[in-house]
Amino acid sequence: MTTAAGYNFGYLDENSKRMIRRALLKAVAVPGYQVPFGSREMPLPYGWGTGGIQVTASIIGPDDVLKVIDQGADDTTNAVSIRRFFAKVAGVATTERTAEASIIQTRHRVPEAPLREGQILVYQVPMPEPMFRLEPRLAETRKLHALADYSIMHIKFYEDIARTGHIATSYNYPVMVDDRYLMSPSPIPSFDNPKLHRMPALQLFGAGREKRIYAVPPYTKVRSLDFEDHPFQPIRADGTCALCGSRESYLDEIVTDDRGGRMFICSDTDYCGTRAAGQEAAE
Amino acid sequence: MSPLLAAQGLGLRFGTVIALDDVAVEIWPGEVVAIVGESGSGKTTLLRVLSGMMPPQAGRVLYRDPEGGQHSLFDMPEIALRRLHRSDWGFVYQNPRDGLRLGISAGGNIGERLMAAGHRNYGHIRAIAAEWLARVEIDPGRIDTLPRNFSGGMQQRLQIARTLVTSPRLVFMDEPTGGLDVSVQARLLDMIRGLVAELDLAVLLVTHDISAARLLAHRIVVMQQGRVVEAGLTDRVLDDPQHPYTQLLTTSVLSA
Amino acid sequence: MTWALRTEHLDKSFVMHLQGGARMPVLAAVELEVRPGECVALAGVSGAGKSTLLRCLYGNYGASGGRILLRHADDTVDLATADARLVRAIRRRTLGYVSQFLRVIPRVPTLDIVAEPMRAMGLGADAARQRAAALLLRLNMPAHLHSLPPATFSGGEQQRVNLARGFAPEFPVLLLDEPTASLDAANRDVVVALIGEAKRRGTAIVGVFHDTEVRDRVADRLFAVAAMDRTPCVT
Repeated sequence: MTTAAGYNFGYLDENSKRMIRRALLKAVAVPGYQVPFGSREMPLPYGWGTGGIQVTASIIGPDDVLKVIDQGADDTTNAVSIRRFFAKVAGVATTERTAEASIIQTRHRVPEAPLREGQILVYQVPMPEPMFRLEPRLAETRKLHALADYSIMHIKFYEDIARTGHIATSYNYPVMVDDRYLMSPSPIPSFDNPKLHRMPALQLFGAGREKRIYAVPPYTKVRSLDFEDHPFQPIRADGTCALCGSRESYLDEIVTDDRGGRMFICSDTDYCGTRAAGQEAAE
Repeated sequence: MSPLLAAQGLGLRFGTVIALDDVAVEIWPGEVVAIVGESGSGKTTLLRVLSGMMPPQAGRVLYRDPEGGQHSLFDMPEIALRRLHRSDWGFVYQNPRDGLRLGISAGGNIGERLMAAGHRNYGHIRAIAAEWLARVEIDPGRIDTLPRNFSGGMQQRLQIARTLVTSPRLVFMDEPTGGLDVSVQARLLDMIRGLVAELDLAVLLVTHDISAARLLAHRIVVMQQGRVVEAGLTDRVLDDPQHPYTQLLTTSVLSA
Repeated sequence: MTWALRTEHLDKSFVMHLQGGARMPVLAAVELEVRPGECVALAGVSGAGKSTLLRCLYGNYGASGGRILLRHADDTVDLATADARLVRAIRRRTLGYVSQFLRVIPRVPTLDIVAEPMRAMGLGADAARQRAAALLLRLNMPAHLHSLPPATFSGGEQQRVNLARGFAPEFPVLLLDEPTASLDAANRDVVVALIGEAKRRGTAIVGVFHDTEVRDRVADRLFAVAAMDRTPCVT
């Protein structure tokens, strides 16, 4: 184990980690419930994944293999620096392969490859409260959670349909966890919502600025909110990945020139790369 | 039959000001009761206590649920009281801004109570909302209009539609025509009168408008300085008032 | 017991708190008994308290003393001590009142105003409206007026709306306050006929009739209301 000198393993001191683990245990015990925790100062600004990093720092061990993605990609600045951070302060192995990772910290995506038991998916959450745009008073939203009164969320969807003919929410699409708590899945595309349902891996959510942790234990029921006659529909660009040819994965649109040229490529770089390599090998 | 709501011995003071002094009130199914009195008489405080929004310092309020069970209002868990306010009860505020979401369409405002009651079919919710708009004399074509673009009278009618859509048995109304033009008031009162009769609602109405009370209420409770000084059949209390304060109140009104 | 309505030692006085608590007696020890099918006309000089008695009999004025007994729902009830809810029930089923003036309800069509008490009695909407329309036509209110609110009607027309509203439910006891005051001869005759029919059905009627000709045609007897010395006395 090679940890940078002067730092405790995983950067956080042991008392902070214990405090966060207690919050995590509570979060797992009450799926979807936002547990307050004493968010610590981290060596990067709020909005860069301080919540996710604290969760990862509290659960990571020397034998873990860490993967970090930002918008599905392993090679973006944020993902690279967080991966380097943990390599430095915990000395753990890192990977870009979904299947090889024991902990995957993510911003804005769920990997395309199905996760398995024993893996942990850590989400970076900017705003844990799904109703915050509808009900600005936090004391009131807490009460609404306590009473399981989520009609204002449905009003939002009602207004969407009245205005546009469909539910216009395409990311951060709220879900009901275990038929009890309304939860923000973090700003993942609604395309990823079905993956949360009965996922074999443990899902942990950390919001650093808002000081909240919540969790979805393995195999928990996660249902996207909808109307009977306007059922939930995951949104995906109608296209094919220019690199691997996938018609199933979530696509990013890339503008290639200033004459309207564009292409679609997989947002999940590991998924795309694995597929492309497989195709080359087959040829 | 027994009362929907029965209060006994209610007492409440704010510092040295006596807001409620040994007040007893009953409301029976299908009955409209008006609480009248000048500002500061305690009538709005009484409404807040009877609707569970403010606990009294003395006395109790008993609520009877549709199955006949009796509940002491201030011993009910908050979740039950809140559910009550969204199902079996309704509250119409004097200021429609307190009872409406002005940034949500008219249809959404009506639909909210349905969705809170568990409705999850958009088409169905919308159809009921349109039907209720028509019932309160708002063009159903304005279902997607934000109520902040409505006139005061329309806002109040929308608030009433939103309140009545879940078929409550008991509705509290706090000066529902206050702040409206006289011509608008008459139309609103008349509409309330029709709906109350049609739906067999029990209504507890707070008003300082004696003619509104005469038009709507079966019974009147006259309050002065936190006490009920006279109560009874509306036309008898207004035409043959017994208490000095009631006599003053009725003679102060032009052709009530 | 052969009466439908009976007062026992009925007193009524008004205490005027705004005039220093002066008490003004109007009725003292009134003993009135009306049988089913009988029409009793209240007689007395103007100001003797005929209208006050009628209002007491309807419960509009509270009795100061004595009893007002009515047959209501196979029971005998005392209107003088009945609570507000019982008075409402009595007015819904047993006791009708035709006042001199229609208290106009804004925007409600004439037909619905007339049908309302029948609906309150439990009659179906269509049946109530049919009966209301027939009675209005009989009182020479043409059909095109039925859908209008009576606010703009003439005094005579409003009185006929009031009459239709009072007669249509066929209450067992009916109180009439100057029912023909604003009517022409033809409509007076209709009212006389309506009273006759009500009596034959067994309705007990108490009325104040200014028009002595009408009174003599409908009343079986007169009941004298004695004028009291109304000098207010401060007690």
